[in-house]
Amino acid sequence: MTDDGKTENRPSPEALLENAEREIRGRLKIFLGAAPGVGKTYEMLMSGRARRADGVDVVVGVVETHGRKETEALLDGFEIIPRRKIDYKGHLLEEMDIDAVLARRPALVLVDELAHTNAEGSRHPKRYLDVQELLSQGIDVYTTLNIQHVESLNDIVAQITRIRVRETVPDSIVDRADDIEIIDLTPDDLIKRLHEGKVYLPKTAKRAIENYFSPGNLTALRELALRRTAQRVDEQLVSHMQAHAIPGPWAAGERLLVCVDEHPRCASLVRYARRQADRLRAPWAALHVETSRSVNLSDEDKDRLAAHLRLAEQLGGEAATIPGQNVPQEILRHATANNVTHIVVGTSHKPRWREFFEGSVSHDLIRHAGDISVHVISGSERAPAATRGVKAATPARRFRLRPYLLATAYVVAALAVGVLLHQILDVQNIALVFLMSVLTSAITAGLWPALYACVASAITFNFFFLDPRYTLTIRDPESVLALVFFLVVAITASNLTARVQRQASAARQRARMTEDLYLFSKKLAATGTLDDVLWATAHQIAAMLKVRVVILMPEEDTIAVRAGYPPDDTLVDADIAAARWAWEHDRPAGRGADTLPGAKRLYLPLKTGRNRVGVVGLDNDRQGPLLTPEQQRLFDALADQAALAIERIQLVADVDRARLNAEADKLRSALLTSISHDLKTPLAAIMGAAGTLKDYSHSLPEQDRADLLTTVIDEAERLNRFIANLLDMTRIETGAAVPTLSLHYAGDIVGSALQRAAKILARHKVVVDIPSSLPMLKLDPVLFEQVLFNLLDNAAKYAPTGTTIRVRSWAEERSVFLQVIDEGPGIPSGHQDRVFDSFYRVRKTDHVRAGTGLGLSICKGFVEAMGGKISTGNRTDRSGAVFTIEMPISPETTNLKELQ
Amino acid sequence: MTTSAVKILIVDDEPPIRKLLRVGLATEGFAISEACSARDAMEQLKKDLPDLVLLDLGLPDMLGHDLLGKLRNDRLDLPIVILSSRTDETGIVKALELGADDYVTKPFGMKELVARIRVALRHRIQQQGEKPIFQAGDLSVDLVKRIVRVGEREVKLSPKEYEILRILVQHAGKVLTHQYLLNQVWGGSTDVQYLRVYVRQLRQKIERSPDQPEYIITETGVGYRLREADQLNTSP
Repeated sequence: MTDDGKTENRPSPEALLENAEREIRGRLKIFLGAAPGVGKTYEMLMSGRARRADGVDVVVGVVETHGRKETEALLDGFEIIPRRKIDYKGHLLEEMDIDAVLARRPALVLVDELAHTNAEGSRHPKRYLDVQELLSQGIDVYTTLNIQHVESLNDIVAQITRIRVRETVPDSIVDRADDIEIIDLTPDDLIKRLHEGKVYLPKTAKRAIENYFSPGNLTALRELALRRTAQRVDEQLVSHMQAHAIPGPWAAGERLLVCVDEHPRCASLVRYARRQADRLRAPWAALHVETSRSVNLSDEDKDRLAAHLRLAEQLGGEAATIPGQNVPQEILRHATANNVTHIVVGTSHKPRWREFFEGSVSHDLIRHAGDISVHVISGSERAPAATRGVKAATPARRFRLRPYLLATAYVVAALAVGVLLHQILDVQNIALVFLMSVLTSAITAGLWPALYACVASAITFNFFFLDPRYTLTIRDPESVLALVFFLVVAITASNLTARVQRQASAARQRARMTEDLYLFSKKLAATGTLDDVLWATAHQIAAMLKVRVVILMPEEDTIAVRAGYPPDDTLVDADIAAARWAWEHDRPAGRGADTLPGAKRLYLPLKTGRNRVGVVGLDNDRQGPLLTPEQQRLFDALADQAALAIERIQLVADVDRARLNAEADKLRSALLTSISHDLKTPLAAIMGAAGTLKDYSHSLPEQDRADLLTTVIDEAERLNRFIANLLDMTRIETGAAVPTLSLHYAGDIVGSALQRAAKILARHKVVVDIPSSLPMLKLDPVLFEQVLFNLLDNAAKYAPTGTTIRVRSWAEERSVFLQVIDEGPGIPSGHQDRVFDSFYRVRKTDHVRAGTGLGLSICKGFVEAMGGKISTGNRTDRSGAVFTIEMPISPETTNLKELQ
Repeated sequence: MTTSAVKILIVDDEPPIRKLLRVGLATEGFAISEACSARDAMEQLKKDLPDLVLLDLGLPDMLGHDLLGKLRNDRLDLPIVILSSRTDETGIVKALELGADDYVTKPFGMKELVARIRVALRHRIQQQGEKPIFQAGDLSVDLVKRIVRVGEREVKLSPKEYEILRILVQHAGKVLTHQYLLNQVWGGSTDVQYLRVYVRQLRQKIERSPDQPEYIITETGVGYRLREADQLNTSP
């Protein structure tokens, strides 16, 4: 088998990941029906009973029986979670108590009517959001759904039944369902049930609903439901094939592009595109071409455009905006660059004459599309646009008087100049002077004041300069024509000028914003600490959006304010709950959002492409929604930059921590290996010898007994040395090795070290060469003795028996040097620096007993604590290691010398 | 010396150590009683008077030092030998200053411990009546004539050096803290460095190899100990 063969059959990671996520999430089963009354709830309860009979912990979250006897009978024996009562404008409404369900933690919960809209004041505005939360907590859910509530089928159902359903469920919920069971009933049977009164219908609009149950409608709905389920089964098959790496007949690189603008019918265009893409099993994207026209869009239009692009994202497509002048050309360029095979556009909504002058996007596309199929879709009625989950504020637009006063002033000035010119220079063509005032108004005051100036100029001109003067009547037909031309020219000119002016001011505004954003990103790049980034972000958002800002980040199991502007903001419980929800669900919450709208602030998650980093809370003193669409876009830009900066800092911290952990782990494992070996070896020897002595005491010859006893003592001493080393190492590492320095003769301490090491050195010759004239040294005698002991121990370990170990010392001007020299193999080159590392051992030949790897690092620690240096090298005259300690001579020593 | 067995009270909270001491010291002919805590020790002392106390510094109920102070208060002449861990030099010095006679660090050899015990017992008995001539190896000190010899060679010592040696000889075999020596020789007003300088000079005069001394032993971080007098010369 070759490697290539393996990779080809490897399951796609996305498919496996999806499966893995599903395993943690609860399983969702949808009982899908074509219309009310087909028996979804009944079927759900039957399945629930079956699961319960299998021993599964099943509870009823919410089930609407609508008084149907068969259904009510099925509820018998189920544990029913009491509903939460919500007082809404005097009506007592009952909703599923999601907290009670979560607290109860059943294995499976039955939740009727997925598309239901919750009463105001509930945690989520929609029941499917409740269900998502249950699933995310690992609770399985059975639920019911009618086909007309599926978002992408909304238009079609409306077309078939002429009733638009307002309660919709996103396709993603249906797509993510683990099982869909279709509850099928023939139209005839359903109508029969309807007549028998077995179908629950709200009392209002009864007639309309009865029309709904016409055989034609029901057949169409039934087909929709069956097809949606078939598509779903198909998807599952594909997903299964991907997860199990079954090479299949994949759709051959189809890609679909839907062109959107601000027109309301684009929402249904996007839904159409999604359905089409699903059928083709092709990736798809929505595209908007931003022309100079886009600058002049009203905020409502801009918002709708953004909503269309978001709808595309919500439905699983990508969304892109590209700038350009020639829309069809840009669309085709983008399509070609992205290998698009299908383009979806709406039919033109322009009047014929405008199409003649301006051209039609769809016609141009069809003409130049080449290989790409172009789908031209007729726009249906105005559909409600999908929202972002946060209500947008409408920017305040007040009538302002000042520009009109300004325009009036210009006209008056023109009149004055006109009168002067007319009387002094006898200039006839005064109309140009008025044109001047109109253009000035357009530049300084805007379009409407300019138009007002047109009319005012025309009247004034007529009144003051056209015969008969000082009346509004015109005698000369030529003058009428002149006045008409003046008006046409003035209006056209003012229009053009005002537009240029508006574009210039929009460009200026955008430039300022870009400048601000650039400065912000520069500021963020320069900050090194998390707190700096958070404070800078809070300040920037507050300054640019004119709101109060808090930034929260997770802390252990809660979420806490890390920065704010103005800085002294505190949060009440409702706000903390909203912030937590926003963090946990990665969606907006709080004021103006779908979830917990009662909170004082709006909480928006801060996230990067990789993960969430925090939550931003915003509020101001005004009522209602907080941000205009323009401000929301600005906020997104700011939040993206801040999130990246925060992530950068967190990543750096993570890398540092990981490195430290890795080092600590390395040391810890080395320590463990070393300790277990060094503790066990002597212990094994002691236990073995002692055991032998106990069991065979009388049969052992005297000599053997003595040998065993010697072993016990020697090994116990070795163990003792090792433990002492470990304790010393701990003292160094915890900083407890604080030397008590006083003046000593190095020779005295060498003496006591030799005495302590006498047993270890028994098989070596020791030569001490320390001049008596050596000055006293400032050192801690206990630590220094330990250093010498360890060096002697080391020498005894590595140098062969019978060889000489020399201890010599000499004084130089500022330091005293002390060397321990052995006749062993020396230290391999390249290891000189490392021998002082903890747990480092030079590889030894078999006859050398294992050391602890601690002795020399203790030497280094102690010597340095006493202000000295220790180094190592090899002998030059023969093989052997040399350890050199250098201790500085203390100035106090000189005083003592005089005493001698 | 008394003819009846010397009674030793062992105060240690570790049963294996007590067992070891009991067995080891019994073979040396001592009579043993045991206490596992300071309170237990105080009870035992009320009932029965030991000739020597072997005291662990790390007791569970009371700091060994406190018990030591109490014992010294109640029984001025009771010999006390301390058991301690090696790294606790300051604890040892403190115990010696509180009136302990000597110390042995854990882990210890039985021989070493018995030697310390014997020295401590002997010093209590011989407090006043010093032997006129001290003899250890080649070193002999005539305390009456103030003559110091190494082998046949007479050694000239300065008054301070002789004073130090005299005090060491008086307590031969027993550790003397730096502070004790300073107090005895200089009246406590001098730095410990001076002591080291004099001990160094003393060693150069009486030791064969001053860097590997056989008579004046350095107890690192604690003080000095003069080698015990040869057994032959201790009894007349």
